[in-house]
Amino acid sequence: MSGAKRIYMDHAAGMPVDPRVIEAMLPYMKSLCGNPSSVHSFGQEARQALEEARTKVAESINAESNQSIIFTSGATESNNMAIKGVAHRNQNRGRHIITSSIEHMSVLNPCKFLMTKGFKVTFLPVDQYGFVDLTSLEEELTSETIMVSIMYANGEIGTIQPINEISQMVHRKNAYLHVDAAAANGQVPIDVNDEGIDLLTISSNDMYGPKGVGALYIKKGIQLAPLIHGGGQERGLRSGTENLPGMVGFGKAAEIAKEEMSTESERLKKLRDKLIKGLLDPIPHSFLNGHPTKRLPNNAAVRYSFIEGESILLDLDMKGVAASSGSACTAKTLEPSHVLRAIGLKHEEAHGSLSFTLGRQNTEEEVDYVIRIMPDIVKRLREMSPLTPKELME
Amino acid sequence: MYSEKVMEHFRNPRNMGEIPDADGIGTVGNPVCGDMMTVYIKVKDNRIDDIRFKTFGCGAAIATSSMVTELAKGKTLEEAKKISRSDVADSLGGLPKVKMHCSNLAADALHAAIEDYEKHKGTKR
Repeated sequence: MSGAKRIYMDHAAGMPVDPRVIEAMLPYMKSLCGNPSSVHSFGQEARQALEEARTKVAESINAESNQSIIFTSGATESNNMAIKGVAHRNQNRGRHIITSSIEHMSVLNPCKFLMTKGFKVTFLPVDQYGFVDLTSLEEELTSETIMVSIMYANGEIGTIQPINEISQMVHRKNAYLHVDAAAANGQVPIDVNDEGIDLLTISSNDMYGPKGVGALYIKKGIQLAPLIHGGGQERGLRSGTENLPGMVGFGKAAEIAKEEMSTESERLKKLRDKLIKGLLDPIPHSFLNGHPTKRLPNNAAVRYSFIEGESILLDLDMKGVAASSGSACTAKTLEPSHVLRAIGLKHEEAHGSLSFTLGRQNTEEEVDYVIRIMPDIVKRLREMSPLTPKELME
Repeated sequence: MYSEKVMEHFRNPRNMGEIPDADGIGTVGNPVCGDMMTVYIKVKDNRIDDIRFKTFGCGAAIATSSMVTELAKGKTLEEAKKISRSDVADSLGGLPKVKMHCSNLAADALHAAIEDYEKHKGTKR
């Protein structure tokens, strides 16, 4: 055990809250306790803070108006709202939805739920890098298609989709494009206008904001059915007294992300590329997951043959390093990650996969440390594995 | 998630490796499932004189392999046949429920190695 050294490189799973965000939230957890729906001054102050937060979130994705932002409890709710909300409200136009096979469960499972309600869902294949097959998309789009839901980027393998191209295809068929940007927001600039996005899922914790808050951007004119009925908050689309401290924190996080993104993503890209090189070059039978350049600035995803991901994670953890794996052994379902299977990896290849996702507090020194310890970890586990070819250990 | 005992065996696995002139070899699981282990035994006077393992798999797979070699070493073949999956898990202070089925294969590998020995006893391998 290496004592005190602890290095967190699992930002796709959860991020620390930026101290500046906490600072911004504190007043709304202490003294200011009005309900934004109340008429009195306490309520009006709360309303003002809420609308300012909404504006900041809107500006971070270049939304045309802050009225296009609906606050939710997080990306899962936003994805559910977008998919079920659009489907239920627009089924008179058609009952076909298209998505991809590498989406987050909070997209895939609402789609599967809709299939039980008579909707038809197409799950598009992806190539070896995780890019959605655009030829299939073109073929599958029909006049019955009401919505296409494709993620901006994949948190596990880092691949960034060509949203602009996808949007043009989808709009030619008059369908809506929903984009789940939970893995991408705060990492890469997103412009809903420029990129032709009709609905966009974003989440606060994925940009160093508090957990339990997210948003759905809905382009003006798109109708959807609410998931939660009640007092009519959030334009009737998401009832329930607003989580004001969370929303204020989300607003602050979005503001910081917008200001610091270009500098920070350049810094992360350098660290990412150094990490990828250091994880692959000294170790034979090692491979990159995802695309070499069209990937999130913070994502280094690799795989090692002959060994299994959970045991790599345990070895890393003993040395103070936190990462994640798509191995079946780390999943509740005991199935390897659907993303790794979709990019064509065999079960045994997926088992040896490892994702490092970097963040603001990671330093070059930490990347060097991980690079330094990895060869011995792989060697120890390969020595134990009956799959390792003999000549490799000599 | 894992008991301290599991982690201790994962960190310092006992009897890891191969026996080149083993009297019995047992392999169970497969890489597709994510767990695969091979147990090698050397038998002398009806006792397990030496035992080694090689394992591909998660922390539980490695720890149970290590534990089964400890439990079986020095035992008569009859005693070793009685070592069960739950004996292995109990000796490790328990395993997470989800791992009980998929990664607790070490006793099966031991039994397969003994079976292999008995099948080939008296014949030259």
